[in-house]
Amino acid sequence: MRSPEDRGLRESATFDRAAIAAIQAAATTGVYDIRGWGAKRRVPHFDDLLFLGSSMSRYPLEGYRERCDSDVVLGDFHGAEPIHVQVPVTIAGMSFGALSAQAKEALGRGASEVGTATTTGDGGMTEEERGHSDKLVYQLLPSRYGMNPDHLRAADALEIVLGQGAKPGGGGMLLGQKLSDRVADMRTLPAGIDQRSACRHPDWTGPDDLTIKIHELREITDWKKPIFVKIGASRPYYDVKLAVAAGADVVVLDGMQGGTAATQEVFIEHVGIPILAALPEAVQALQELGLHRKVQLIASGGIRHGADVAKALAMGADAVSIGTAALIALGDNDPKYAKEYDELGSAAGYYDDFQDGRDPAGITTQDPRLAARLDPVEAGQRLANYLRVLTLEAQTLARACGKSHLLSLEPEDLVSLTVEAAAMSRIPLAGTTWVPGAGTRDSD
Amino acid sequence: METLKQGTAEIDLAVQSVRELNAELHAPNAQRYVVRHPRGAHAVAAGVNAPLEVQIDGDVGYYCAGMNQEGLITVEGSAGPGVAENMMSGVVRIRGNASQSAGASSHGGLLIIEGNVSTRCGISLKGGDIVVGGNMGAMGAFMAQAGRIVVCGDAGDGLGDSIYEADIYVRGTVGTLGADCIKKDMGPAHRKALRDLLAQADMAPQAEKQDYLDGFSRYGSARKLYHFTHEHARSY
Repeated sequence: MRSPEDRGLRESATFDRAAIAAIQAAATTGVYDIRGWGAKRRVPHFDDLLFLGSSMSRYPLEGYRERCDSDVVLGDFHGAEPIHVQVPVTIAGMSFGALSAQAKEALGRGASEVGTATTTGDGGMTEEERGHSDKLVYQLLPSRYGMNPDHLRAADALEIVLGQGAKPGGGGMLLGQKLSDRVADMRTLPAGIDQRSACRHPDWTGPDDLTIKIHELREITDWKKPIFVKIGASRPYYDVKLAVAAGADVVVLDGMQGGTAATQEVFIEHVGIPILAALPEAVQALQELGLHRKVQLIASGGIRHGADVAKALAMGADAVSIGTAALIALGDNDPKYAKEYDELGSAAGYYDDFQDGRDPAGITTQDPRLAARLDPVEAGQRLANYLRVLTLEAQTLARACGKSHLLSLEPEDLVSLTVEAAAMSRIPLAGTTWVPGAGTRDSD
Repeated sequence: METLKQGTAEIDLAVQSVRELNAELHAPNAQRYVVRHPRGAHAVAAGVNAPLEVQIDGDVGYYCAGMNQEGLITVEGSAGPGVAENMMSGVVRIRGNASQSAGASSHGGLLIIEGNVSTRCGISLKGGDIVVGGNMGAMGAFMAQAGRIVVCGDAGDGLGDSIYEADIYVRGTVGTLGADCIKKDMGPAHRKALRDLLAQADMAPQAEKQDYLDGFSRYGSARKLYHFTHEHARSY
């Protein structure tokens, strides 16, 4: 049978098949679409940057002979006991509840094998996670599900979550099919209800309050734990300055491509800005404070390979964080489950119904039968392999730029491929010195 | 730190820092502490993790007794926002008034506010108990998940908005009820729970008066918003 295009039919660019399907679904159900993953629309990204490499004016390092270090110290600015990660890639916060216990264990195993950190999520800290994570960041979220001072003290760092890239200004969500007895007990909720958690913290309402909140957390933990503040990328120039003024040791900046376990499609695709646009704003804020590379900046949202890692660091991040990519490394969207994805109305490579709890790969589920499919040891090994590849790729690019440490990468190593990317990243358009819009902020 | 008598120590915040106070409370050398001149300091007695008796002679700022575990903490004055936030166990008593978000997200223990309490008292409550001798401001028990709140005076607008399985007892008037919060029957078990809470709050004389207990009404969740549907667009 000939395709519609072969028959001369023309698809609307505005009302494409996805838009038509969304209207039809809304008309049928009366409820908006909720899904996982992050923004799927095309946005300016690290793909729109290139490394220049070395030539006459830059001297490269030997690719297989000369060292290029990758370790980063996170959280030492206010004198806490910092986290020293061996690779500049950490695992982003993802909850037990959104993920199976096996998946959380696998994340801990993989991260620990390469000497990096993993992060809890909305719902508290599990024994599996703490037990298998050498370096664990404990999130303080608006819901405070499972928040426990014993876990504060057991963590290696604390992360106050103000928002995430997939939904700046939105709260967490866990639909009833994933609110198992264990998850419900950890969150002090009735099992099986649709959990929609708060988007605002219950006991502070602005940056001045946050300063006092951070002081309280430092007091409770005897000033030993680094404090991370995570923001969804929306107004990063101001948010970073306020977070630092409030006392953050580390700022985590999550772009709109960052993943979620369950959020409204309209929120995922239409709120927040890409990490490419957010990162220069955050770096500028830190530079103006004189704290760039002192208060560390972790960038996340759409990191896939070592080039993304290296580009983020060259733009001024101290490390990156991965969520979606880590799940894929564990086995998410694996083609071996193609038939089951089809039966769920999706396909391998497209599956994003993390909210449904029917994940064939056993990752975004609380169904014991499905969760048992994921071997935490094997999946953890896959994640460790992937983290090593990310690091090796980033090192390869850094050596080509003549850098003996990944943190020595700099904006001058990059050019932009498009006018939009040049304007957002503040990296000149390739072959020119042109940065569209440079100097538009008052403080530039 | 000055030892007053065996097992009791005094810390003067006019001389020593909150850091020194909390470090001492986290590795205690006494069973009972008297804290002088708090002068509205923040995070006073935060993170106590032992059955210590702490008496604070004056007003405190934000997050006094934050995340308390087992501590028996008394504020001989008023408290700023977030007093006893995320308390796990123990007893915190405020002789005066308390500001917003008192007892926020508390998992256990008992918070007693002898005076009035401001907005969002018991927000996200997760199993702790709160007894308010006076009035409670707006949005009390917002999203409260478990635990009990007793208000001997009046409660403000938006009481129990989006409440889950917590119980609220109010003796006076209620401004308005929040989304999904309804008035419920007061059965024998609830009446006993109320009496016991009042007694634990050292209000035994009132707790034993039947007509005093008769004045209370119970509020809780209608459980109509537990599962999201398109019908909810007008509910919030």
